[in-house]
Amino acid sequence: MAHVPVSWYLTLSAILFGIGVAGFIYRKSIITVFMSIELMLNAVNLSFVAFSYELHRIDGHIYSFFVMVVAAAEAAVGLAIILTVFKNRGTLQIDEVDSMKL
Amino acid sequence: MNLWLIPLFPLIGCLLNGLLGKRLSKPVINLIATGSVAASFLYVVFVLSNLYPLNTVHAEHYFTWIQSGFLNIGFDFVVDRLTAVMLLVVTGVGLLIHIYALGYMDHEGGYYRFFSYLNLFMFFMLILVLGANLLVVFVGWEGVGLCSYLLVGFYFQEKFAGDAANKAFIVNRVGDFGFSLAIFLTAIAFKTLDFGKIATAAAAMPVEATVGSLTAITLLLFLGATGKSAQLPLYVWLPDAMAGPTPVSALIHAATMVTAGVYMIARLSFLYDHTPVAMHVVAIIGLLTAVFAATIGVTQNDIKKVFAYSTVSQLGYMFLGLGVGAYSAGVFHLMTHAFFKALLFLGAGSVIHGLGGEQDLRHMGGLRKVMPVTFLTLGIASLAISGFPGFAGFFSKDAILTAAYEHAPWMFWVGAITAGITAFYVFRAFCLAFFGKYRGHHHPHESPLVMTGPLMILAVLSLIGGFINVPAWLAPMFPLAAHESSTPMMISAACGIIGIVIAVYLYVIQPALAESLKTSAGPLYTLISNKYYVDEIYSAFIVKPLEGISRTVLWKGVDEALIDKGMVTGFARVFQGWGTILRRLQSGSIRNYATWILAGSLLVIFVLGLFGGTR
Amino acid sequence: MDTILFLIFAIIAVACAFNLVLQKHPISSALSLIGVMSSLAVLYLLLGAEFIAMAQMIVYGGAVMVLFIFVIMLLNAESEKSSGKSWFAQIAGFPLLCALVAMFVFLIRVALPPMRDVHFGDWVGGTAEAIGMLLFTKYLLPFEVISILILVAILGAVVLARKEID
Repeated sequence: MAHVPVSWYLTLSAILFGIGVAGFIYRKSIITVFMSIELMLNAVNLSFVAFSYELHRIDGHIYSFFVMVVAAAEAAVGLAIILTVFKNRGTLQIDEVDSMKL
Repeated sequence: MNLWLIPLFPLIGCLLNGLLGKRLSKPVINLIATGSVAASFLYVVFVLSNLYPLNTVHAEHYFTWIQSGFLNIGFDFVVDRLTAVMLLVVTGVGLLIHIYALGYMDHEGGYYRFFSYLNLFMFFMLILVLGANLLVVFVGWEGVGLCSYLLVGFYFQEKFAGDAANKAFIVNRVGDFGFSLAIFLTAIAFKTLDFGKIATAAAAMPVEATVGSLTAITLLLFLGATGKSAQLPLYVWLPDAMAGPTPVSALIHAATMVTAGVYMIARLSFLYDHTPVAMHVVAIIGLLTAVFAATIGVTQNDIKKVFAYSTVSQLGYMFLGLGVGAYSAGVFHLMTHAFFKALLFLGAGSVIHGLGGEQDLRHMGGLRKVMPVTFLTLGIASLAISGFPGFAGFFSKDAILTAAYEHAPWMFWVGAITAGITAFYVFRAFCLAFFGKYRGHHHPHESPLVMTGPLMILAVLSLIGGFINVPAWLAPMFPLAAHESSTPMMISAACGIIGIVIAVYLYVIQPALAESLKTSAGPLYTLISNKYYVDEIYSAFIVKPLEGISRTVLWKGVDEALIDKGMVTGFARVFQGWGTILRRLQSGSIRNYATWILAGSLLVIFVLGLFGGTR
Repeated sequence: MDTILFLIFAIIAVACAFNLVLQKHPISSALSLIGVMSSLAVLYLLLGAEFIAMAQMIVYGGAVMVLFIFVIMLLNAESEKSSGKSWFAQIAGFPLLCALVAMFVFLIRVALPPMRDVHFGDWVGGTAEAIGMLLFTKYLLPFEVISILILVAILGAVVLARKEID
């Protein structure tokens, strides 16, 4: 085992993504859910970079860069929304914010 | 020869009176109603005088009505010798009855409506008579049924009138069902419905000794005839149809509509000649009906009902004549019957009118002094129907009975005895009404000239009508048979005279004897006077089960449960159910949404993996 | 060497990830996330993506996570309380999750062609110069659009989070 095949990186990415999904589904605090989303995005970034190494092309790095930028923007706006929700509802549990239903 | 003008005049009269009648004054309504029929009558005379001697058939084709595959049905009229007889009877007697109705309906409400319906009836009857193929005849057939419903139910505010109208129409419908089936079978068998073409095709066919396709056609047509012409088993509507005004009873249920069945069988004689089985059935049913109705007529107390059963009985005679092959005798009797039966009904109407609406014979009596014209004309009519020698009925009835004698002697004897019974009950009614002491509470008076005028004309026709030699006129169509002896004629005349004598004896000379005979007959009398309970049997075995099935199965079962609840509501409920289930998807909970997204994406990846990726 | 490095940091990443999901208090989760990001940065370096590794540390670790911690402290976020509302997520979530991961692993093992091995230093293509070249030629349009996106995000955040003018 002197070398690491790229597929291991991909497997790691998959595992991280799965953990992110678990966090998204099972946690009740909005902020924690948000952080799970960030985890998912990071897993995807790893996947992009791994493929970029595989193909010896930089395009994967560019995509990863863009994902990072979007994630940052999303974090900013998302946290602002969380602030607003907290101001209006007084709670950070997403189960309490369910008034948009039939 | 614009034959289409003949039915057009009454149609115009009907439309004018029907649509504008409310605003027209009575004289104008009278003019339109009788004027249209008179125009029709005069035009008939004009056409026939032009076409005389009618050795060939005169046909007119107007337009192609149905063209479908092998079936080509045009709207055609045809005039031959048989049509000539019918046209004259329908328009002539119809005109007289219209004039009579002017006086009879003078004080009734719905005046213009009555005459509109009456003209409509003339229109349809003339189409029936002039039709050159089965479908045009059927149009007229149905139309006269409709008018019968409209006119019988004229006093529609009375429940019994509405019920009688319904009964007439529905029982007719059963017969029309047979007629329709016959039309279908004819179309299949002959590929055409035209009378001329069927005649030539049938001439090439062999005589069917047993039941075959031709027999089916003729029997089904006869079923239609039993409905329209009130024979067993579909006669039950005619006595109830007396709920309509008396001119209606005279025109429709004595002179014209009920003769449509007779006319139709005579028209299709070429088919019946090939099916002896059907002819036998026709003769037997005609004979049975004649006896059956005659016996009931003996016991009735309503003067119109007596004449109604008399109509049924006389129609039986006509069918007997047709059934034994004496078509011309049957048509001859049709004509004479139109004269004296119309006269009988109109005379009865005159009596009823003079008594202010009284129809029960037990409340009449001794009217001959007060209503002399009615007395005289009704007397002539009664003699005519009894077959008194020299009067109209004598010749026609005798022709039928002679033909029956040569066909099967037992039919002759039954018919002769029925002739006796006929004479008996007609004179019973006559004597009860005009002789003895007046047993009622009204002030009887004679009817006005507008009513007695037609009575007198019809009386003259009943006297001399027998001398119009219709069988000779129809000989080219229905060959005459030679008669061997005149014994049947004398026997039937004798039976008639015996009947008259007995009636006069029982009701004028010794009234008490009639009463005692009635009580001694006991249960037999009750059976007959209740019309053999036929109506009750029909009601119990046919009407009530049908009603029950309609109510429980078709109404509650199919309509309410299946269609309303099952399909309409059930359909909505399916969607409601789906909606209720799918609504749970929108729970408002973000985690649930996330889980669904996960499931969806899993599915997409799975499918993509299955089908080899996005490439 | 590569293997050991990879294994160490992979295990750190997975452990931090588990920690993120399993911790009750959001602050602990945030700190675990920082741990994940850091180990991922090292893994990027192993893969020869130096610019991305730096960007990861600066942007994520320095900006995004700081923002997260600011908000957590601002809102005084507490530990969670449980409620029975999203039962569907809790019941169906686990099988679906396992299915997802299994599918990924299956696809990686079976559907992908055989891949090369990672040797640290074999390929250092992810230099800033190389990325800059690509970014301003081939991917110019997405770059400009992203700039606008950031602008919009800033505006949105400002509008959403300010106090109402009474």
